[in-house]
Amino acid sequence: MSALTSLTIAAARDGLRKKSFSALELTNAYLAAMEKARGLNAYVVETPDKARAMASASDQRLARGEARPLEGIPLGIKDLFATEGVHTQACSHVLSGFKPPYESTVSANLWRDGAVMLGKLNMDEFAMGSSNETSYYGNVINPWKRRNSNAALVPGGSSGGSAAAVAAHICAAATATDTGGSIRQPAAFTGTVGIKPTYGRCSRWGIVAFASSLDQAGPIARDVRDAAIMLKSMASVDPRDTTSVDMPVPDYEAAVGRPVKGLRVGLPREYRVDGMPVEIDALWQKGAQWLKEQGAEVVEISLPHTKYALPAYYIVAPAEASSNLARYDGVRYGLRVPGDDIVDMYENSRAAGFGREVQRRILIGTYVLSAGYYDAHYVRAQKVRTLIKRDFDQAWDKVDVVLTPATPSPTFAPGEITDPVQMYLNDIFTVTVNMAGLPGIAVPAGLSSDGLPLGLQLVGKPFDEETLFRAASAIEQSAGHYVATPWW
Amino acid sequence: MSVDQATVKRVARLARLKVKDEDVPRLAGELNAILGWIEQLNEVEVSGVEPLTSVVTMKMKMRQDVVTDGNCPSKIVANAPAQEDDFFMVPKVVE
Repeated sequence: MSALTSLTIAAARDGLRKKSFSALELTNAYLAAMEKARGLNAYVVETPDKARAMASASDQRLARGEARPLEGIPLGIKDLFATEGVHTQACSHVLSGFKPPYESTVSANLWRDGAVMLGKLNMDEFAMGSSNETSYYGNVINPWKRRNSNAALVPGGSSGGSAAAVAAHICAAATATDTGGSIRQPAAFTGTVGIKPTYGRCSRWGIVAFASSLDQAGPIARDVRDAAIMLKSMASVDPRDTTSVDMPVPDYEAAVGRPVKGLRVGLPREYRVDGMPVEIDALWQKGAQWLKEQGAEVVEISLPHTKYALPAYYIVAPAEASSNLARYDGVRYGLRVPGDDIVDMYENSRAAGFGREVQRRILIGTYVLSAGYYDAHYVRAQKVRTLIKRDFDQAWDKVDVVLTPATPSPTFAPGEITDPVQMYLNDIFTVTVNMAGLPGIAVPAGLSSDGLPLGLQLVGKPFDEETLFRAASAIEQSAGHYVATPWW
Repeated sequence: MSVDQATVKRVARLARLKVKDEDVPRLAGELNAILGWIEQLNEVEVSGVEPLTSVVTMKMKMRQDVVTDGNCPSKIVANAPAQEDDFFMVPKVVE
């Protein structure tokens, strides 16, 4: 059965249509693999009964020759997505016991296209973290280990469960979300492909809100083609999200493998940051070389406000978070801790329900929005954001796509980074993309000197995800695939 | 810019987060480290720059002002820690 879990979505799709195996067999293979991999702590909830029922329904469809795009494909869903009647807690204690009576648009799109739900995936609490160490449900362990070492490593975050599950082959692909790098950084840390589409491409309806002007859903998958297949189903125009953009969803899969001859690729000089490891820089140059060899034109560009993106993010994102998380008050859902009066009850519930990192961000956000500081901090950060976006707008006159490293380092051990600002620096290459609302994809490009996956990032023009799939598949072609050796 | 302990308590109160007195110095230190790092934004020349309001250039969507959902109070209160007769229950607010 294990051979079935090694299939990509594209390969499983072919096998199911040819009746080489059934959807139920495929789902059962994944359920067995999940049970064996519980030590990774990637899933917070497994839904085997639901999975088998959905797989059986898919088998009936397949028998009738009515297969939909993702018919019978078993997926993991990040705990941030509302799934009707199933545990949805953003991996926070404050949402204890919450089971939404509705389904998020993105997950509903996947079920509409025939996918099977295996369970809910672990993540940093409210998607606030870069190592999956802030989850109320404990750390996720990266399927990758350093060469000749047994030490556990983090899978990145916040979509750490999604990335680990995809890398460990305990789902065919997973949903994820990205506010500052939460799809691309864990994808880079696990040798998987993750794309954050343009802001507005996927509906945010039914996704637990963190920072509404930055949050976007996207897939983490094993290769570029699978990521394209997933995004095609996840993306939609949704009347229930006013920021969802009225544009048809293209056939992303058709862009995979399209030649990159003549494509103009920009390397922003500001991404050569101080103290960047030599192997990251070398990987970046190698990626540029691969594209050049396939006929792309590589040019150096300048994005002068790059270094200000992360500090501006740490004003805008906590500000929006402090507002979005005001709803957790112990009244409508989740945890309630009694108090002397109603305000005391609010304060007790929130203090007990939110973890340390979330409380830190709520305090920062409340501070920068408070009277007397709003103009100095929040308005200034939004002005800096305009400048970051302008940098990219000007770059698009010269190039079609921007190539950068995905992360400033390979993955690290749990507990290795304790200083919040050091942890935030993990997103230094990814966060500009959220600030400007652009699409970005992380694609595996090699291994570090101690055998850990490293990724490259491609950034595209608004709603030009097709160029990202095209360029990422060119890199994939040269770099090959990276699969963790099972030890779990 | 430096956040003192009184400010931490005031902000925590605004955020409706109960903070223990013994945690205040630690929080003040953490917030100062983060805010100190953010201060580099002061280097940026922003005069004449409009603050960003939307990353995607699009017209605000409008819809008909009609009821599209509702009549499901029991669903709405289903997840509440305390409920009665389709109402959320809270500690006494008015004497």
